[in-house]
Amino acid sequence: MDLQSAKMIGAGLAAIGTGAAAIGVGFVFGSFLQSALRNPAAADGQQGRLFLGFALAELLGLMAFTVALLILFVF
Amino acid sequence: MAGKIDPMHQFTVEPLVPLHIGQYDISLTNSAAWMLAALVVIGLFMWGGMKRQVVPGRWQMAVEGLTGFIDDLVQVNIGPEGKKFTPFVFSLFTFILVANLLGLLPLAIVPGWHPFTPTSHFSITGLLAIMSFSLVLIIGFWRHGFHFFSLFVPHGTPWYMLPLIIPIEIVSFLVRPFSLALRLFVAMMSGHILMEVFGSFIVNGFASGSPVGFGVGAVSFIFIVGVGALELLVCALQAYVFALLTSLYLNDAINLH
Repeated sequence: MDLQSAKMIGAGLAAIGTGAAAIGVGFVFGSFLQSALRNPAAADGQQGRLFLGFALAELLGLMAFTVALLILFVF
Repeated sequence: MAGKIDPMHQFTVEPLVPLHIGQYDISLTNSAAWMLAALVVIGLFMWGGMKRQVVPGRWQMAVEGLTGFIDDLVQVNIGPEGKKFTPFVFSLFTFILVANLLGLLPLAIVPGWHPFTPTSHFSITGLLAIMSFSLVLIIGFWRHGFHFFSLFVPHGTPWYMLPLIIPIEIVSFLVRPFSLALRLFVAMMSGHILMEVFGSFIVNGFASGSPVGFGVGAVSFIFIVGVGALELLVCALQAYVFALLTSLYLNDAINLH
């Protein structure tokens, strides 16, 4: 296998991480909705924590995307 | 006949007004021009709403809504002592929001023009992150001196866990500016790459003239409308997340547990 095709395969493999982050983000919002519908009065106070959890889960997917870009364009 | 898709071209920084002093290149680039445009938009928006009428008009209500939103954010996350930092968080939030939104303007219908998003460059978001991180460090050491290092020891940790906990806390503290900058930069850049790729699908699909190409172009067109709406949401969300995390980190430095 030459370097060019190995790079393409590696970038594709790195992109799997964004899918994993999608599961994480879906889990954050899903759990929030589940508990928010049980106790709607307390939901508004937890919005900051909701977005904090979202940001932390999303970051890992973005890192996978960065790795894919690094493989494609830098090396 | 399909044109080559070049999603990275939109991120090139090119000088508009070349200017060299000695061996330093301080040209006015398109990046700087779009940041100045963001500054002008923010300035006009704030200027129009600072009439201080007792019964506010529509514009003043919009400005008061924005400032009240950030004021609430800082009050909730830092507490009464955070009032001093409201202007800082407000500047970060409005600059990122307006720079993101200006980058989405459909200016490419004018030939030769294309919008530029300053926040899709790591040098810009990195500088914003370094600003908020160094403010955290300065405030932390100013208020608590060397006691600030107790940030690395969570309350009530058993002593035998300390050798494990302290390195983890130090790494998670040091990675903060990096994650802050990377999140904004990658979110903006990936959104613009996505729009560029699907926009090229539309153009190339319709230009190919075959029924399959037409179908691909039509599907891409429907898709890109949804992605455009999502990008508007991401613009606001990333600006909000940046402001939220900055105020949380400031809270760590001000109210040391």
